[in-house]
Amino acid sequence: MQKIGLLIETNADGVKPALNGVITAARGPEHELYGLVFDGKGAAYTDELQDYGIHKIVNVQSAEGLLSWNPDNWARAIVQVMEQLGINILLGLTTSQTKDVFPRIAAILDAPLLLDCIGVDLETLTAEKSQYSGKTVATFKLRGAHYLFGIRPNVITAHPAPVTAEVLSLQAQIGDASLRVEAVKKDYAGTMDLSEAQIIIAGGRGMQNGENYRILHECADVLGAAVGASRVAVDAGWVPHSMQVGQTGTTVSPILYIACGISGSVQHFAGMKTSGVLVAINTDPQAAMMQHCDYGIVGDLFNIVPLLTRQLKTTLNPE
Amino acid sequence: MKIYVCVKHVPDTAAKITIIANNQIDEKVTFIINPYDENAIEAAAGLKKQVADAEIVAVTLGKAAAESTLQSALAMGADRGLFVHSDYHPDSLVTARALKAAIELDGKPDIIFSGNESIDSEGFQTMFRLGAALKVPVASNVVAFKMEGRFVTVECKMDAGSIGVIRMPLPCIVGAGKALNKPRYPTLPDIMKARKKPIRTITLDSLDLDSPAGSMEVVELRPAFEKRRGKIIGGPPEKAVQELVELLRAEAKVI
Repeated sequence: MQKIGLLIETNADGVKPALNGVITAARGPEHELYGLVFDGKGAAYTDELQDYGIHKIVNVQSAEGLLSWNPDNWARAIVQVMEQLGINILLGLTTSQTKDVFPRIAAILDAPLLLDCIGVDLETLTAEKSQYSGKTVATFKLRGAHYLFGIRPNVITAHPAPVTAEVLSLQAQIGDASLRVEAVKKDYAGTMDLSEAQIIIAGGRGMQNGENYRILHECADVLGAAVGASRVAVDAGWVPHSMQVGQTGTTVSPILYIACGISGSVQHFAGMKTSGVLVAINTDPQAAMMQHCDYGIVGDLFNIVPLLTRQLKTTLNPE
Repeated sequence: MKIYVCVKHVPDTAAKITIIANNQIDEKVTFIINPYDENAIEAAAGLKKQVADAEIVAVTLGKAAAESTLQSALAMGADRGLFVHSDYHPDSLVTARALKAAIELDGKPDIIFSGNESIDSEGFQTMFRLGAALKVPVASNVVAFKMEGRFVTVECKMDAGSIGVIRMPLPCIVGAGKALNKPRYPTLPDIMKARKKPIRTITLDSLDLDSPAGSMEVVELRPAFEKRRGKIIGGPPEKAVQELVELLRAEAKVI
């Protein structure tokens, strides 16, 4: 029996939906899946997690109770849980949280780690990831006593495979942390996270100013989408860096990416080229984005986007 | 105060990548200092202004050509270079061991800066492994930095627009995010002066490193293909938008 741990990330609505693809990838005939939960609400996630094949839901705590966010403490707690339960493969999404925790676990265990995987094979312990600004795909072979994989959100299609899950609790002895988390504060008003959004509508140079992003937000509201931006828009001060998609921003892989007034630099493509369906709206038919899209409309975004919003409203919410 | 900055020699993002021998790239392209490492140097230079007696040492591990990236770091404000010369590209488990050994051979770091990630291998982990090896705390994706006495307070970018405020004692490692600062463009005199700054070279082989418990090896490298439909929808805007929504629904099935 191969015991596999999954770091279960949650938000206000429950288990992050993108995790279902990761759980799907972790399943196997001789695999026993352990979902590690840090907010103490493991029992509440039973229905969601067992539908996709998690066998054991583990509430990870310290002797004092819940472990509030501290990447150092979380890493040490997960290492202890892995040791106690005999887990030697750990999977999760690639998010800011796993990017901060998985490398710490890998460092403690002196284990190989691949983040931002776009495919994983747990039988051969190989995984694929983009390198060189998305220009190549590398297949890695991992060797060691433990293996860690972070999967890029939305790249693996989720299929349910229901089992009956059991909930347990484990206490980790974490000792003194090397660093202290003094506060977690909100940077900007947006709540939809880019890296996990299923649909993203993004604006670039063509947006002309920050105020104009309103038309993207209106369209995003109809689609349940997140709003992104290109580097040009961030450098110009129109929108915060947290909205930047691309090489030096957030890497995303939504099922639908709508690029409005984005010419499509190599650096921008590096952050979104594994998106499912790519729509380009641009006045320039020669723009790289237009040449590498699934569907393109040559036209002024200030004309096209409001029309799109109206059409989506009619189609998605018929009276 | 000894400030170390770990930098990496990486292919320019605009470079055309050609794959050779099935698992490597042809390195006859333009290389640059990893863009995130520029933010790390800028942060180090800012800190040097603030404290007395500070020295900035730029460290890199790479093949012979990587010395040019040390030159860039020197032009941007590092005082001297520490070059771990290697004939191959080791994985991050070995790289972290080599950086630790080289830094300890050179001096006693009070703080280490590095870019949050490298744009070539995108592994997101070497600094954490270095931190564990040196037994010092690490903060990553840092967008604000402040030092008071022997303590550092940093703001780390998290998901969904959240910021984590972290406090840690020196010595520690700070992984610079792009929003931390605006790296300077070196002037011609900066570049000329950099040529006179010393670079100490150590070979990877000369460092007596223990063997890691694990490894990561690229067994195959292939170009990333984009299979896109490439359908440009013409006609009057109203009709084009109507067609697009229908295609997204019926053909692509994404809405």
